Amino acid sequence: MNLFKYSSPQTFYPLAGKLIPWLAAGAAILIVYGLYIGLLVAPTDFQQGDAYRIIYVHVPAAWFSMFLYVVMAGYAILGLTLNAKLSYMMAKSIAPTGAMFTFVALVTGAFWGKPTWGAWWVWDARLTSELILLFLYIGYMSLQAAIDDTRRSDRASAILAIVGVINVPIIYFSVKWWNTLHQGSSINLTSSPSMAAIILKAMLIMALGFWLYSVAVILIRVRREIEDRERNTAWLNEFKE
Amino acid sequence: MYWKSMSDFIQMGGYGLYVWVSFGITFACMATELFLLRARRLSNEKIKDLL
Repeated sequence: MNLFKYSSPQTFYPLAGKLIPWLAAGAAILIVYGLYIGLLVAPTDFQQGDAYRIIYVHVPAAWFSMFLYVVMAGYAILGLTLNAKLSYMMAKSIAPTGAMFTFVALVTGAFWGKPTWGAWWVWDARLTSELILLFLYIGYMSLQAAIDDTRRSDRASAILAIVGVINVPIIYFSVKWWNTLHQGSSINLTSSPSMAAIILKAMLIMALGFWLYSVAVILIRVRREIEDRERNTAWLNEFKE
Repeated sequence: MYWKSMSDFIQMGGYGLYVWVSFGITFACMATELFLLRARRLSNEKIKDLL
């Protein structure tokens, strides 16, 4: 199979259209199942009480706020090096979903911090670097929108996305490098998770659901972007679903 | 099933407000994103019909 076959808007547009319903159905099933285990089956936490249940939305949102930024920067690099227009469209389509998850991670974090730390917000390294991530997403989208010429706005915002990727390892390791009020990671590659199996299971199912949701929404958005940019082409005007 | 009653479930051991607002905001954000994309699809379809 030739993978480059799907690197043009004309071939990618129908492929994305076919994938979206499956991804959306998978996301819905996983999120409902994750909510069922997390909210109805899993027991309470002996230290934090039921406030801990915010973990089921907070951690997946925070993971994808970082992961989507790295993927966005990856597409920005592809765009700049291969001059591939679909890569720029992908990068542009990832930003709003990444920004949304960053916002969700910050707000649900505040609603978790208030009952457990006694404060909605503290300027510790984890929270501050995550806030910078939100500003990077907003900066990327603003720059993209501020330049009328599409090729220039794609290139300028791609450079911003690539420079900003340095912030992601800072967020991830902030709880190790600095003394933060935010707790350290409960899941990492070198040791077994420091949480109950059922809580971990529900959280991972939610994360998988958020992942499928992200891919589905990004593919929907990239189709809208293709429609905007290829409006005067024959293939799109003759396209029938 | 962990909960003994419906009101147990809603109160979340006293943390109900924090938990439900967090879940509410998360899914409201996702729904808003889908709604905005739907509006964009409808507007693009309209433009295509006009052309």
